[in-house]
Amino acid sequence: MSAVSESSQSTPGVSAGPVEHTPYTRLVILCVAFLNGFVIMSIELLGGRVLAPYFGSSVHVWGSIIAVFMLSLSLGYLWGGRLSLRRPGPRVFASFFVLAAALCLPIIFLADAVMTAIFVAVEDPRYGSLLTAMLLYFLPICVMGMVSPYSVRLLVSSHEHSGGVAGMLYFVSTLGSALGTLGTSFYFVLWFNINTVMWGCVAALLLCASAVMLTCRSPSPVSDADAIAVTSEVGQ
Amino acid sequence: MKKTALISVAMIVALLTFVMTMTQTHAQREIIHEERSQYRDVVVTEFNDQRCMLFNVHRGDMNQTCIDLRDPKRLVFSYTKMSFAGLLLNPAPRRILVAGLGGGTIPMAMRDLFPNASIDVLEVDQAVLNVAQEFFGFREDEAMTAHVVDARVFIKRAGLRGEQYDYIVLDAFSGEYIPEHLLSKEFLEEVRAILTPDGVVVANTFSSSRLYDYESVTYQAVFGEFYNFKLPGSGNRLILATKNELPPPGELRSPARDLYDALAPYGVNLMEYPPRLTTRPDWDTSTRILTDQYSPANLLN
Repeated sequence: MSAVSESSQSTPGVSAGPVEHTPYTRLVILCVAFLNGFVIMSIELLGGRVLAPYFGSSVHVWGSIIAVFMLSLSLGYLWGGRLSLRRPGPRVFASFFVLAAALCLPIIFLADAVMTAIFVAVEDPRYGSLLTAMLLYFLPICVMGMVSPYSVRLLVSSHEHSGGVAGMLYFVSTLGSALGTLGTSFYFVLWFNINTVMWGCVAALLLCASAVMLTCRSPSPVSDADAIAVTSEVGQ
Repeated sequence: MKKTALISVAMIVALLTFVMTMTQTHAQREIIHEERSQYRDVVVTEFNDQRCMLFNVHRGDMNQTCIDLRDPKRLVFSYTKMSFAGLLLNPAPRRILVAGLGGGTIPMAMRDLFPNASIDVLEVDQAVLNVAQEFFGFREDEAMTAHVVDARVFIKRAGLRGEQYDYIVLDAFSGEYIPEHLLSKEFLEEVRAILTPDGVVVANTFSSSRLYDYESVTYQAVFGEFYNFKLPGSGNRLILATKNELPPPGELRSPARDLYDALAPYGVNLMEYPPRLTTRPDWDTSTRILTDQYSPANLLN
């Protein structure tokens, strides 16, 4: 927490960054990063159960799921970082969560149809599970991956504190992932249907979007200040 | 900085304490072979003229399969013997499916008993098949094939191809981790779909945990009334289910008499089985049915 609160003291009120920094904003961004990490691992854990009826629960099914999640996240980080270079702001940030929530819906509604088709078409369960994992999980997890670099951009207001801010964000989002993994595998599957937990994830993502929209505002003179801030940072 | 260090230390300490409390002592046996596996290493031990296959040697009593080296035909475990109770409902199987190989004792005995039957054996772990062949005398032939495949995948595909079996043994639940997709209503419906009208499903189930109730209501939901089979002195419960009406218990005595001699060398006393079969539920019938959407079997065990 230290790095983040220090940065707020160094730039009270005025902000060169893409959002007006109030302690409240910072808390919200950290919370959504936490929830995002939580949801990613919850969906990954459930993924094994979604695929098992068609491809079994052999090691290669878990291999497919983990590989696809890692690939999606890596590209999400890359693209999220790119997007943060051009006019970063809370609206784009919130839209990530809405988009991710929407992209989770096919996992709930289309998984069986997709897997039936792939089960018939692909004989080898290794490639069947890999293909299924790609089709169902690549897009939503990719968008969730974009959240991480983008939230770094929203929170960083000076170069000296960028490492501290990034560390703090990694900390909360990975802690969220750890708790999402534990919560889902120890409790949620015992209490709820898979799809109920998926709906919970969709709801959590939409909650993130609305929290961002309600609490984070672009600073009033938007375009110029941002453009200058971005070019100067990129230039250095 | 201080806070960060404190949090890190607290997290590591919490994890270590958790691991320490879970660790247990080792077992003493003579290990004659260890086979590396994608899942958990398979260990072969010998003790008191018994050769056993174990998955979790460090956790103690997790014997998967044992054979008696002085009398290899004789079945050692009571659940293995009990799985032949299905013969009371179908005394002459022609197409047999065994899900879960272990040391291969059930399929090998079936091979001896029914030389004309074709047998498919499903085993998810190649290492188990290797060990069964090398140390437990399991042999494939033109009528008996072992498939290294997840049982769910094989059975779903068999259903799509319209194949049917008249004797299905479900014994894929072994070791620490329960394959939850092999307990759900949807899976049992897929099993039922590949069962011939006169066929029988013999399932080795969990008898001592909360799973007893869950499995019972799930089988009931798919097969209707089934025979519940327990033997005094053994902790096992087997389920014998058919596609159609069960034959009344009185009709099971004559197949038991007919097959008694053939099964005696395996240590199976078929005559004592019919009185032990019951359709009376001794489980909580209000328990929730296990489905693909809800199957927390590992948490219920």
